[in-house]
Amino acid sequence: MNLFAAIRVALTALRVNALRSALAMLGVVIGVSAVIVMVSVTEGASNAIEEQIASFGANLLIIRPGSSAFGGRRGGAGTATFMNDEDVEALRDEIDGIAAVSGEMSGTSTFVADGVNWSTRIQGVHAEYFETRDWFPSSGRSFYPEEVNSGARVILIGQTLARELYGASDPVGQIVRVGTTPMEIIGVMSAKGQSSWGQDQDDVALAPINTVRDRILGYDLGVRDPVFTIYAEIDASADPGLVTADIEELMRIRRNVQPGAEDDFSVNNLGEFIRARNETESQLGVLLAAAAGISLLVGGIGIMNIMLVSTTERTREIGLRLAVGAKRADIRNQFLIESVVLCFTGGLVGLLIGIGGAAYIESLDQFPIEIQPSVALIAIGASAFVGIFFGFYPAHRASRLDPIEALRFE
Amino acid sequence: MTASLIHCRNLTRIYKMGENEVHALRGVSVDIRRGEYVAIMGPSGSGKSTFMNMIGALDRPTSGTLEIDGERLEAMKPDELAAFRGKRVGFVFQQFNLLPRTAAIDNAALPLVYSGISASERKQRAEARLRQVGLGERMDHHPSQLSGGQQQRVAIARALVNDPAILLADEPTGALDSQTSEEILQIFDQLNRDGMTIILVTHEPDVAAHAKRQIVFRDGEIVEDRT
Repeated sequence: MNLFAAIRVALTALRVNALRSALAMLGVVIGVSAVIVMVSVTEGASNAIEEQIASFGANLLIIRPGSSAFGGRRGGAGTATFMNDEDVEALRDEIDGIAAVSGEMSGTSTFVADGVNWSTRIQGVHAEYFETRDWFPSSGRSFYPEEVNSGARVILIGQTLARELYGASDPVGQIVRVGTTPMEIIGVMSAKGQSSWGQDQDDVALAPINTVRDRILGYDLGVRDPVFTIYAEIDASADPGLVTADIEELMRIRRNVQPGAEDDFSVNNLGEFIRARNETESQLGVLLAAAAGISLLVGGIGIMNIMLVSTTERTREIGLRLAVGAKRADIRNQFLIESVVLCFTGGLVGLLIGIGGAAYIESLDQFPIEIQPSVALIAIGASAFVGIFFGFYPAHRASRLDPIEALRFE
Repeated sequence: MTASLIHCRNLTRIYKMGENEVHALRGVSVDIRRGEYVAIMGPSGSGKSTFMNMIGALDRPTSGTLEIDGERLEAMKPDELAAFRGKRVGFVFQQFNLLPRTAAIDNAALPLVYSGISASERKQRAEARLRQVGLGERMDHHPSQLSGGQQQRVAIARALVNDPAILLADEPTGALDSQTSEEILQIFDQLNRDGMTIILVTHEPDVAAHAKRQIVFRDGEIVEDRT
């Protein structure tokens, strides 16, 4: 008997007992839809985390004076000395596993172009800043190390600033007055959107750190070439923990922190911080997926139960089929296919309900949802597997019946 | 080799029921030629059903030799017996044993499903057999829409659809009234006139009278074989 004929026989048998078939597959329907919803929510959450991390720069270390920004607040602003360009150089030269490093200092300034003005943040950075933040101009170019050293009057502006000052026209090559200093716009940064704290990351301008320090902000901080923050990008092949430890050791020496004394600086891996914050969320997802898996198991047991009832009820039919020439494998396959068709249909219905459920949760605007085709395939595959696994025993039992006894069965 | 269609020698069949052994057949030897019309008779427990199961390839003898249509059955494996049944034997049962909620034509075509015949040929052959038994107008009826006699006709069409060497009927009229029984038996008579070998198990002398040879079983042995 060929597969196609066998599937037709199975479909007919299932249609004859439509209500019972529907109830039997209910467990699988619920199991699969639960899996789909859970995985979509979890996947959506972890994607959101990855996006946050990516928007900040992957493997980014942030070094600041003062005690840990995320631990208990100690010391207070101004009690710790600022870092400077020499610290940046030292990190670049003495630490292995750093791909890029840049200092940063920032302040607010007024930008004037063609009589339009806009006040926003200006960041002074080193040339490697773009690499550390994985953020580059979408038009024009970033500045060269020589321009940083010489304090060249070049500037890169964010999308928001570009729109506010120039509207639709191209700002690259234009001269913008920053405070009192005219500067040449050499590029426009790519759009970054809102940060996870709701801040517009495109409302900003970037200029060489020396230019910002000397010509625009003109702070006297009592330190030569001061920087507020150092951004360091860890090499993808390096161990972030090891690099962090090396940096801490170097900084302790440079800042004369006595052994046993508390550090007067902090090294934070923001990606790790976000990951840790969301770990509970992922663990919850795993737990829910396990619950969904268990419901699939229970669904499978329901299928086995109904298949056992069905084979017993149809003992005479089995006897007849054996009498007219069905081989044992024909009988086994017939019931196996019935059970797989039941589970597969259940899986398909569950998938649709699951996608509907996920879409509904998304419409509540509480969770980001990510429905992956692979998950759908896995769910369908898993339900077919449940059909084979839990259908095998009843099907095997049916195929071992003695035709004479089966025909006599009342 | 023998000219007989069914050739058996010293057939025994012993069932083990716990500690006890039940001797259902105690050395049966018989030959049935092609085209014969044989009634198997005897009280219940006489071994006639066991004998019928044996020549229907549903069961294997404990000892003895059994040759049907040139093939030795006593050493066949279950799947080989199934293939043999599917091609050489047509069964008609007392309770019809039709698949419920399945059209007459699909019921009649069922044996062909297992011998790998294409769907269009299955339909064609089942149609021809249903016409032969006088059900040409009711091919799409389900068993529940048919009378007992009509259901048995579907069963006969099913038994014939594979062009078997033997038609085996186990009390085919046991569930029918006397007039319908007569109609069914006339179908058998006609089939035999056309050359079909028919073996009919019954305990009713009226029914057995249709056959040209009567074999009577008692206590697992043939006690009478008359033509």
